[in-house]
Amino acid sequence: MRKEFALAIIEAKKKHDNLVFVTGDLGYMALEQVMEVFGEEFINAGVAEQNMITVSAGLAHEGFIPFVYSIAPFVALRPYEQIRNDVCLHNLPVKLVGNGGGYGYGIMGATHHCLEDIGALRMLPNMKVIVPLTAEDVVQAISFMVKDSSPNYLRMNLAAKFDFEVAEFAAWRHLKKGEKATVIGTGPVLQNIVNAYAELDFWCLSVFPVIEIPDALIESIERTGKVIFIEEHLGEGGLRETLSFHLLGKLKKAVQVLSLSASGYPSGKYGNQQWHQEENSLAGESLKNRVGSFLS
Amino acid sequence: MLQKEKHNDLLQNALNIKKRFLQMYQAANAGHIGSSLSCAEILTFIRFGWMNETDEIILSKGHAAASLYSLLAEDGTLSQSDIETYYKNNTYLAAHPPAGKIKRIPFATGSLGHGLSIAAGLGLASKLKKNGKKVFCVCSDGELNEGSTWEAALFIVHQKLKNIVWFIDRNKLQGFGRTEDVMQMEPLADKLKAFGFEVLEADGHDFNSFEKVKDSFNEATKPIAVICNTIKGRSWKQFEDKLDSHYLPMKDNMFDSINAEIELHYQQTLIK
Ligand SMILES: Cc1ncc(C[n+]2csc(CCOP(=O)(O)OP(=O)(O)O)c2C)c(N)n1
Repeated sequence: MRKEFALAIIEAKKKHDNLVFVTGDLGYMALEQVMEVFGEEFINAGVAEQNMITVSAGLAHEGFIPFVYSIAPFVALRPYEQIRNDVCLHNLPVKLVGNGGGYGYGIMGATHHCLEDIGALRMLPNMKVIVPLTAEDVVQAISFMVKDSSPNYLRMNLAAKFDFEVAEFAAWRHLKKGEKATVIGTGPVLQNIVNAYAELDFWCLSVFPVIEIPDALIESIERTGKVIFIEEHLGEGGLRETLSFHLLGKLKKAVQVLSLSASGYPSGKYGNQQWHQEENSLAGESLKNRVGSFLS
Repeated sequence: MLQKEKHNDLLQNALNIKKRFLQMYQAANAGHIGSSLSCAEILTFIRFGWMNETDEIILSKGHAAASLYSLLAEDGTLSQSDIETYYKNNTYLAAHPPAGKIKRIPFATGSLGHGLSIAAGLGLASKLKKNGKKVFCVCSDGELNEGSTWEAALFIVHQKLKNIVWFIDRNKLQGFGRTEDVMQMEPLADKLKAFGFEVLEADGHDFNSFEKVKDSFNEATKPIAVICNTIKGRSWKQFEDKLDSHYLPMKDNMFDSINAEIELHYQQTLIK
């Protein structure tokens, strides 16, 4: 999604002169063009994320819209209190952009993964967490973020591709009609279960916190009697936890639940993104087996 | 000055370490080569020229993990078959040092600006336990951007943690530019002195220079900080002192040409 992001932010800058770009010392072979277009409004704040966030809060206070870019954990977690106090508490339009949410950084290892960002940030006042699914989503997410006057966090990952048409970016999307089970997922990891079990009923959630649940989704769950959550994030604090709460008040009948989520590093070993997903039943045979036995 | 034999042994260690990690990078088609070439002699001297068996090394610039793994193969902590798993699926040897699985790697690093605080914690523990353990911490100059590094610096000086040796790999390049263009660090020695360190400067690729640091450490009355003047991507002629050496893997005949270059360095530096 990085390429789409760079192009989208350049387009946005042409329409909104008050955009500034702040990077935490990243951008090699990715942001060169952004740097050129933004000129002196492109700031490399160095490897100093806490300062970078609060400086951005200052910029936002004075009417700028800062897009603040780093690898996901370094923009979402390292400067957490700065985000809470200086951005969210004052409801300032600081736009955090985290590259490689989940296991996106693969073999780079645990320090570069981010399995807690959705949970950590969705709790903060005024903050919206945006999790794009496809490359096209990124473009729409950027225009959503520019228009929204509140803090946002964009969680980027390798974009999903589908062989069917995907609805325009929205908080909720009914991706694909089906039966047997209702799948609710966030982010490109959804693709893995779509590929393995194409016949299920698929829903995509792209904005946190969850404000409402579509009636059609409730109907789907009650019809199938089975719900599967899938996220490249911890279940605690993640999609599983927040949706469990929201569904509790809505569902009129008992349903079976399967949660597919990241659990960190069960073996203490590392690999590429696909490998970590497989270790956590988020891809490949392990996903197939877990979903298979849940369905049978 | 180092004895001829010791000097040449260290050179041999460094040569082996560099050759091994180049092989690792080549097999993995991975980046961060320049970062490892920058700190190879620093790590070599710490391990084979200075530390005791119970001392600790913290590679705060965790992205140079391959140089640390190669060092740990050189001292027998890791086997050749461990080394061959580097960067592959199902490995402990990720691109950054892993959490809790490898002897001599007490902490996962890779998020910049943690290492000096880790060293401070370990150093304070050893001071309280009076066990005489030293902690060697290798930071990059990019990490000097992080407030946390300076918090640790204040703490080390305030707590008089003279058992910590802080090496700064001063190659003047960071993630997306030259350090002085991104975030001015000079006058670095003055900054460190003002924080209360005894500041030493070293040629970060020269063992005799490190030997002098070691002598000064033994006489120092304050915690020491060593500014190691280094060249990022040293011996990688196309990319020496260039940002590209941080990110790009080797291609074409680069592997051979870097190996030839480090071999040449070795021959030229060897005391006959
Ligand atoms: C907290 C944090 N922010 C950002 C990064 C991304 N990053 C990896 S290496 C690097 C900079 C590399 O330059 P330097 O730190 O000076 O290391 P060296 O030149 O010695 O390789 C950056 C910004 C990171 N690893 N951790």
